[in-house]
Parts: sequence; C-alpha cells; structure tokens
Amino acid sequence: MPKNVRIRKGADIKLVGAAERVKGEAPFASSFAIKPTEFHGLTPKMVVKEGAEVKAGSVIFFDKDNEHVKFTSPVSGEVAEIVRGAKRKILEVRIVPDQEQKFEQFDLSDLSSTEKVKTVLMSSGLWPMLKQRPYDVMANPQLKPKAIFISAFDSAPLGPDYDFILHGEQDSFQKGLEALSKLTDGKVHLTTRGGSAADATFTQAKGVEHNTITGPHPAGNVGIQIHHIDPINKGDIVWTISAQNVALMGKFLITGKVDLKKTIALAGSEVEKPRYLTTWVGASMKSIVEGQIKAGDNRIISGNVLTGDASSADGYLGFFDDVVTIIPEGNEPQFLGWLAPNFHKFSLSRSYFSWLNPGKKYKLNTNMNGEDRAYVVSGQYEAVLPMDVYPVQLIKSIMTNDLDKMENLGIYEVIPEDLALCEYACTSKMNVQSILRGGLDVAKQELG
Amino acid sequence: MQFLRNIFDNLRPNFEEGGKFEKYYKGFEAMETFAFTPGHTSHKGAHIRDAIDLKRTMFLVVIAMVPALLFGMWNTGHQYYLSIGELTGLGEGLIDKLIFGAIRVLPIVVVSYAVGLGIEFAIAIKNNHSVNEGYLVSGMLIPLVLPSEIPLWMVAVATAFAVVIGKEVFGGTGMNILNPALTARAFLFFAYPTKMSGNAVWIPQESGMAGVDGYTGETLLSQAYNAPTGTEFGTLAYDAAGQQYGSLADTMWASFWGWIPGSIGETSVFAILLGAAILIFTGIGSWRIMLSFLVGGLTMSLIFNAWGANSFMSVHPLQQLMMGSFMFGMVFMATDPVSAAQTTMGKWIYGFLAGFLGIMIRVFNPAYPEGIMMAILFMNVMAPLIDHYVVEANINRRLKRAKVAA
Repeated sequence: MPKNVRIRKGADIKLVGAAERVKGEAPFASSFAIKPTEFHGLTPKMVVKEGAEVKAGSVIFFDKDNEHVKFTSPVSGEVAEIVRGAKRKILEVRIVPDQEQKFEQFDLSDLSSTEKVKTVLMSSGLWPMLKQRPYDVMANPQLKPKAIFISAFDSAPLGPDYDFILHGEQDSFQKGLEALSKLTDGKVHLTTRGGSAADATFTQAKGVEHNTITGPHPAGNVGIQIHHIDPINKGDIVWTISAQNVALMGKFLITGKVDLKKTIALAGSEVEKPRYLTTWVGASMKSIVEGQIKAGDNRIISGNVLTGDASSADGYLGFFDDVVTIIPEGNEPQFLGWLAPNFHKFSLSRSYFSWLNPGKKYKLNTNMNGEDRAYVVSGQYEAVLPMDVYPVQLIKSIMTNDLDKMENLGIYEVIPEDLALCEYACTSKMNVQSILRGGLDVAKQELG
Repeated sequence: MQFLRNIFDNLRPNFEEGGKFEKYYKGFEAMETFAFTPGHTSHKGAHIRDAIDLKRTMFLVVIAMVPALLFGMWNTGHQYYLSIGELTGLGEGLIDKLIFGAIRVLPIVVVSYAVGLGIEFAIAIKNNHSVNEGYLVSGMLIPLVLPSEIPLWMVAVATAFAVVIGKEVFGGTGMNILNPALTARAFLFFAYPTKMSGNAVWIPQESGMAGVDGYTGETLLSQAYNAPTGTEFGTLAYDAAGQQYGSLADTMWASFWGWIPGSIGETSVFAILLGAAILIFTGIGSWRIMLSFLVGGLTMSLIFNAWGANSFMSVHPLQQLMMGSFMFGMVFMATDPVSAAQTTMGKWIYGFLAGFLGIMIRVFNPAYPEGIMMAILFMNVMAPLIDHYVVEANINRRLKRAKVAA
C-alpha cells in the first residue's frame, strides 16, 4: 500500500542563494577525480597506473573485498596522478580528459536476470551508486535488500530540485527503475513531496510504490521516509539511491556507455548567479565555480550546507553530490556575540530575533556560534528528528561505546544525514554526524 | 572594540602552550570567549550552526529572573518598612524600599557569584576543561531562594557546597544529578534551620528597633500551617504588620503580586510568571514541565480540599499554589534541563510528580511547612529512572515491530 506520510518535526532553514531554475553548462573540466574515500568502508585495489590511457567506463580500481565491484573512469583521458595520504591510502585518482571523448561499450544484449543486471552494473562502475542500510555503506551485491528506496526530492537548505533536474528524463529514469526492481524481491519505493505536483518523470514512473511525505526538512531524507514507510529492523537490508543516479543508471542501460553527465545546482549566498549547471561526475570544482564566486573568504561545499564536504577550487565534485554550495567563512570573532541582538543570525529557538521574520532568508556563515560543551539543554534534537528514535540517548550510547544500547536504540535506522539537523540545532555544539559515523563503524564491525 | 581584541591577542601567547601562564589557559579562554564569541568555524558535519549557544541560553535565563530579583529587592524594603510602620502604602517610598532592598540583597548575589565562579574557575583550570556557563544561572538562583536575612558567610558556605558536592564531583555542569541551587538551599536548611525558617528570617530587622504592634514576620505558609482546624485561612491571613487581608480574594491578590514575607525572589507570582513567559517564549524553559508541575500541584491541592482534615488541607488550591516556593520551583528549579527528565514523556511525568509531591510534603510535613524543594530534589534523583523507562518503552516498541515483521 502506498503511504502518505505527514511529519511535523524538523525545520526548514531558509538561506539566501537558491538556484534559479535555469540550466547553464559548466565548461568541460580540465581535470577529473574519483575519490575512494567517498565510498565508506571501501579498500580500493588499483588496476591502472599513472600515465595509463583510459576510456569513459574503463576500470580504475576495484573493491578489495568484492573484486566484481569496479570503479570506472567518468571520462576518457590519461590517469595523471594517484594522490595518496597517510599509510599510502589512496585519496584521489586524477584523470586529465581527452578533448574527444571515447567510451567503453558494454554489452547489454541480455538483462533478463538479476545476476546479469548486477554484473553489468558492477563492471560499468555504476554499482557504487547504491547505498546500503544499516550503516550507510556501499550496497553488497551478494545480498538481496527487502526494498529499495528513492527520494524524489531534496528538502535540505538550498538542495537541488529534482523535478527540474530530471524533467524530460523519463525514459532513462524508467529504465533505471526497471533495473532496480530486479535487484529486490520487495518493492521499489519512490517518495515525492506531498501537497505539490511532482514532475512527470516521477508521477508516471511505473513498477514502483508511489508514496508521499509532507512536512519540513528532513522530509526529503530517504532515511526518514524509510522509517515511516517500511522501517529497518534488526537483520533487514535496505538499499537507497538518489533520483539522479537512477536516471544515470537508466541512461547507461539504454546506451551501453558510461556517460555521467549530470545536472547540479550551484547555490549559496556567495555565488554570483545561483543556477543549475550541467557537468560530469568527478569534475574539478574549478570548472564549476570559476568566475561564479563572490570575493571574500568563502567555503565551497560539495553537497548541501548540512551534510556536504568542505572542498576548494582545487577539489572535485563528490560522486553523490548534486549541489555545490558556497557560503562565507565565519572566522571573525564577534564582540559580546552572545549578548548582541544579532538580527543577521538564525536560530530555531526564539533566543535570537529570527522569529520576528519567519519568511526572511539568511546569509549564514560557517561560524560555530559558540563553544563545545557537555549536554545541558534537552529536547532540541527530538524537535528536529521526525523519527521514533531517541537521538540524544543514541549519541550517548555511541560515546560510551555501548553496543547493546546502540542496537536497541535504533542505530540501524539512522545515518549521519538524518541527524544533521540535530547537529545544527545543538546548543552544546556536538559533532553529531561524526559521532554517529563512528558508532555506525563500530556497530558494523561488531555486528556485521 | 579593537583595543580589547588587541589586549586579548597580546595576552594570549602567555597562556598558550609554552607560555608563562599555560596552566591558566582555561581561565583565560573563559574570559576571552565571554568578551568575544570566537571565530571558530565548523570542521566536521554541518557547515552552518544554530546561533544559540550556552552563553546565550544562560543569559536569557538570568534575564528571566530579573523581574523576580527586582521585585525581591523592593519587597525586602517594603516588608521592612511595613514592620516598622513607616511608608506602609504600596506606592510609597519606591526608591527608599528599592535602595534598602538592594543593600540587603545585592551582597548575597555578589557572594554567591564570587564564591561559585571562583570555584568553577579553579576546578576548570585544575582539570583543564572549559568553564561552563551553567553557574551564571545557579549563582542567581541561590540568592533568590534565600531569606534576605541570611548571613553572607552562610551563603558562601552553601554555594561552595552546592558547586563542589552538588555539581563538580559529578563532572561539572551537564553531569550533575541534583539542581545545584536547590542543593545549596537544602544544605542551609538542614545545617542552619533557624536561619532558613521560622518567623524571624524573612524581614530585615535592625537591632534595637521594635516592630509595630502585631508584627510577627510570619509567612502565609506558616500562617496556613498554624491555622486552627475549622477556620478558613484565607480570611484570617495577615501581613507583616499584623493587618488582616480580610478575605480570601485579598489574600490571593497579595500573594499574586507578592508583597508578602518570603524568600527574596519567591514571593511574587507575577514576577515569576514574567520570567516563565520569557523562558517559554524563547523555548529555553520546558513548558511541559511547568504545565505538568502546575497540574500536579493543583491535583494534590484538590485532593486535600476534598479530604479537608485540617484548615491547611482546605486552603483554596490557587492560594495553595501561589504561596511559598511553588511557583518559583515550577518555573526556575524544576525546569533545569540537566537535573530534570530529558525525554518528552519523561518531562510530563517528572513535572507532574514534582508538583504533586511538593504540595503533599508541604501539607504533611510536620517540621517545616514547605515541601517544594524536597519534592524537586527527590524528582531530580528519580528523573533518570523515569527516562530509563520511557526509553525502555521505545526499545520495546522497536523489538515488537521487528517481531511483527519477522
């Protein structure tokens, strides 16, 4: 049965610089990168060496734990550099693209069975688009999830509008859904925003369960949707994939080419003209932000302001990210900042004056607005987490490394992005997401 | 403010690693972050963070206590003048009364802050942790729950006890089980009962000065406690000068505005409700705890009314709630987020029981006609247990769901 969920808890943080609904084209980047660190828990095994010529879709490295899962180049060109960190950990594989793009051609003649779909997705490098819960890791192809969930909208501040991005991509999206439905015996859930009309790409999708969810952010988080539609119990496996990646997957399954051209939102108060841009997975950040960014000390974020990764003009667009956000850094001390009226600051509580003007859009910076403290205030996390989970107790169980408690309190159901608003709201400035990530790693290690 | 910034920047090297006063870094940090909200930026997780921090939170709680403090100062003066039969009108001598009260009250505030913050800084420096802002609130709460005639050294001792035994031994603000301000009051109450209760402590007395005829200094609570069975307290109640209020309505009127003898900040329901409005509106105080506390107290009062074994039981419920520490306890003490229950359901239970038990102890306790402090401290101890069962219920729901699915 499709579900229509309504949530009340949560919060929409209104920021200046929402992307205008026009599509521009980012220049073709002069450098691309794949970052193994983005795929949590992956140990990469390199296949190519520096200097090797690759095509779009050529294998760059594979997963040491499952050698069938390949990671392929998004473009054709030359492997320019393998950037390594401490203990020779591979951080980035940089590729300088050819002017003329060449594609590996994949054989799609037989996609009748689950195994064949899996094989072609794994060998083409698209498999890692699938994420697995619990623990927010790459989907394990040896497992069969009880369901696959897709959120058709992003409710995060300045999040991309998938209705706009995927407008006219109906065929690819549908093809992607068909492949996904082969991967599970259960349902493929597609959840749109309740109370507003979604694009035909979503509304006319076939073979999926159409759910809606109404309410403030994090309504668009697939984790919240799972919790209300078909929650994860101990032992359950659920896969998730972003809407745009479904379409990319579909496009590949139609053409047989790994063509990872996608649309991203370039947003934030420090962007000259916030709008949508077409670019490629793994493109250099420079190609996206050059000439678009206002003067001053700014932070470039691959992703949204709540969950994204800090990047720079020398960085690269994240594999999963459909938005690049630029906001000012907040590294200036403020005289008696706790006492000042601070009309420019935003708070979910009414301790600042942001309640006076609920429609106002804010230009927020990266300042912590306070120092780390022990937990004092209660009830803040609960107010922004629309789940039957006790977030503070869960976080405390992680801090004390109490595995039984983590399990009992529902660590299976949450991933860091679900608690991002808790982190935003926290008076004690706890780094909730990284604490939770640590807990998920411990739980995965101990509980499997 | 650049010059202040320069001072801190110049001093900073002395306190940093390798500096002369390296050991005192946490003390320096507390001063610096008080003057300047630091330019720390987010490095992990959410890039933007809510504007609220603990300094703002605690500052707003202090603001919420200001009406009670100001009224308390005026009332200290008012009660004094009433007892000597001068300026007895409510509107008369506003400035005189305020000044008189300020001279009595402010030293208590100063001692409480000086001793408490001194210990907090010392322990923070010793243990190398940041100075927590929690004491900014405790330091104001302590004076407000004491009689104005309390000797200053007792304030100092009680504050030291509250900070060290009530809080720091558990690991500081956020880790404490009991409300520190109530710990201070409980300490004084058991250590020096003659200075914390009775008829002599509420109204300032100057040596060699006799009160007016009929002067007793008795609080309404004590009058209600001592009212002979069968009489109606509300009509018999009298003020510090021995003047009867005349009717229940008039007694309630005086209790609501607070020109009655009592602890410095606890008498005026009006001033306390102003504070409550600030706390609830800003979202800093839990309205759930306040509401359930009120309902709990009301329920117990109504039960006592129905029972009616003595005149204290028969006190009108509203009058019952407007006397003594009930309102202050409800708004400022029970809502302390650290020592209260932390789950939403837990807050409802915690508040209700605290209010319910508060009135029960008040009426049943033969030694001392006030039970709010005891009830809240008791519920502070019980709060983790309440939360435990609320969370347990969540765990059971989750397990049950897994079974149904399986």
